[in-house]
Amino acid sequence: MDEGIELSLTIAQIIQRLRGSHLHSQIERQAKECLHQPDVKLESLKEDVRSFLKTSGWERKLQNAVYRELHIQLPPRHPPAPPEHLKEPLVYMRKAQASWEKRVLKSLNSMSTELGVPLAHMRPAAEQKELTNKWNEMGTDEPDLSRFRPVYAPKDFLEVLIGLRNPNHDSSEDISVRSHWGLIQVPLNVRDIPHLREAYSELNLTSGQMGIDDHALIHPDLFENEYVQIGKKVVMEEDSAAAQQYSRQGCPTGLRADLWALILNATNQPQDVMHYEQLKAGVIQHNLLVDNLIYKDVKLTASNDDYYFVFEDFLYQVLLCFSRDTAVLEHFKYNSATPPKSYIQGKVGDEECAVVYPPNGVIPFHGFSMYVAPLCFLYNEPSKLYNVFREMYIRYFFRLHSISSHASGILSLCLQFERLLQTHLPQLFYHLRQIGVQPLRLAFKWMVRAFSGYLSTDQLLLLWDRILGYDSLEVVAVLAAAVFAFRAENLMEVTSLASAEAVLADLSTLKVMPLIQVFLFATAM
Amino acid sequence: MSGTPDDTKPVNFTVKAPVYLQIGDAKADTAHSGVCVVDVNLPFGKPVNIEEVTFKNYYTAYVTVRLLRRNPEQEAPAKWCTAVRDLPLMDNPHTEGGSQDYYTIHRTQMQVEPDHVVCARLILRQPSLAWLTFSLEDIQIFPHTEPDPEKEVSDWLSDLTLTDQHPDLEGLPDPQTVSSSIQQMWALTEVMQTNQTTASIGRFDVSETHSQPHLSCNECVHDGGDVITFGR
Repeated sequence: MDEGIELSLTIAQIIQRLRGSHLHSQIERQAKECLHQPDVKLESLKEDVRSFLKTSGWERKLQNAVYRELHIQLPPRHPPAPPEHLKEPLVYMRKAQASWEKRVLKSLNSMSTELGVPLAHMRPAAEQKELTNKWNEMGTDEPDLSRFRPVYAPKDFLEVLIGLRNPNHDSSEDISVRSHWGLIQVPLNVRDIPHLREAYSELNLTSGQMGIDDHALIHPDLFENEYVQIGKKVVMEEDSAAAQQYSRQGCPTGLRADLWALILNATNQPQDVMHYEQLKAGVIQHNLLVDNLIYKDVKLTASNDDYYFVFEDFLYQVLLCFSRDTAVLEHFKYNSATPPKSYIQGKVGDEECAVVYPPNGVIPFHGFSMYVAPLCFLYNEPSKLYNVFREMYIRYFFRLHSISSHASGILSLCLQFERLLQTHLPQLFYHLRQIGVQPLRLAFKWMVRAFSGYLSTDQLLLLWDRILGYDSLEVVAVLAAAVFAFRAENLMEVTSLASAEAVLADLSTLKVMPLIQVFLFATAM
Repeated sequence: MSGTPDDTKPVNFTVKAPVYLQIGDAKADTAHSGVCVVDVNLPFGKPVNIEEVTFKNYYTAYVTVRLLRRNPEQEAPAKWCTAVRDLPLMDNPHTEGGSQDYYTIHRTQMQVEPDHVVCARLILRQPSLAWLTFSLEDIQIFPHTEPDPEKEVSDWLSDLTLTDQHPDLEGLPDPQTVSSSIQQMWALTEVMQTNQTTASIGRFDVSETHSQPHLSCNECVHDGGDVITFGR
């Protein structure tokens, strides 16, 4: 498509999305009020109003809103392309995703029938009152969750990814021996170290990094003080794009919360707070089956974690509201997944009687609460925490548990991990295969959670700084390969799966930025 | 944009079966040469001025478009010319990027003017051995229509300002009737204000009309006296 036409279509799409939004009405009101100002003259009305909006910061807010829309925008559609094509262009992946979803839904439905728990039911008034009183301490509740089990675990999903085959792919023996080393058999385009060096140039050995050059033993004047000053300026300017660029070299701890909120454009406006309160009211009114899954997941994962157990209550407050947020349904336009529908009893198949279940279309799996847990360190106000999490989910985390050919999708990350290992640590890969260990089986659980729960929190937040800064999850695959490179000597000496797992069991002492930097920029080519 | 696929119909043509070129004797066990030729015969006697060619890719790496043009004024025989040479459809012939995408080749991207075209030939190349087969699907050719000058401008404008899509108003009353009834109510309140009484209005009754759980809702936001409703 012609570039000029593409650009005007993009502009039209963004205008349509922003028109009628709260920001639009705010800017209109500001423009009307500024007419009272003495320096706004009738002859040059347009320019004066524009310059007023610029100096009062409203133009910047609009820029941030446009920048946010660009992040989640669909590419312009060719007229014959159906909407499924935008979700996922490859037909066989769409089919695989659909059959995976059927399995998950079947599991959920059978759990509902077995346990006799309805998918959704209204809470009796007494229970509603009790929940309202206990809203801030839901963690003290000890409901009987022994009958519930997670709908699926990451390792089930891994089996689906491993079984994925392109029907048009010639997989006869002599084509590509390398592809038979690893588990992923789909020929996606993943970047190797030379390309990664170009793309991640801000991480190179000559640039200062938070996570390396802010170490206690290094004098702060060498890097840290100046970097923090720049950070403060970025926060004051309230510019999303600048914050994203800044975050590539890491965020200082004191500024991280503001910087992330800027990058995600998660401003905590009154209507966001009100939206959150509405969701909270929804939680109190109705009980969903997925609520029990969330409880179970939090109890199994976050509550058992040394770093995150204190945030148990926050996790309930965020995740229960998340399940009921229909605004999340928008992201299914570019997510290869489709939200499950449930039908009013007796009317299966009638689209008019279909509702999406759960209301946000996302069925939580084992470990889902770990996406939220690290954010609790940054935000203590529930509605802000909720907004930041929701934005992070619809931009990045959804790609970690759906089958897609996207460069940040979990399939590409797995393939990239395997390729990096095969190319730069072939001896290690071969040795592990000899003892019957597939490296992906060890690294998959890290990547699916974006390392949440495996790294110590300060290191994890440094990693997530880069995810936000580069708008891509690739760095997760790079880190996984870098961890293997770091522990290569130990891994070369193991002789069984159990000992390999033991070598990689504890990542809490790792420093992520030196590992990534060395792997990308100091690996011999 | 004149001649968009929305308002022009594609040209009816016959597509011959793709011919995969092979090396060596056709009967012997041949290797795929990775080249395929698709002939598109436009209706006989009706040369077409091409606006754009659209198709869906299926694992083709490069496409070359050759056109057989016959100039109606001159009596010269029809000549073949290359309109597009080796347009890359896949970033990397060995990997999936672009392998099943939809493409459009517009006349402005062609090296020659695609007018008075009698026959088109698409030469597909897929050098990678990773794929079992490759082709193009849903090939459509759209004719060039002379743009009406005024219409062109308004088309361009309407592309920029997409018409307001009416928000999903299912279950809500028609905005026109609501606003006219609000007007009446406002007039009534004005009248009431001039005739102030101290009598109270009476209690309100809210009836529970729904018995089923709502799992999605339209949101109403009060904004300084204006009621804005938007469905999600």
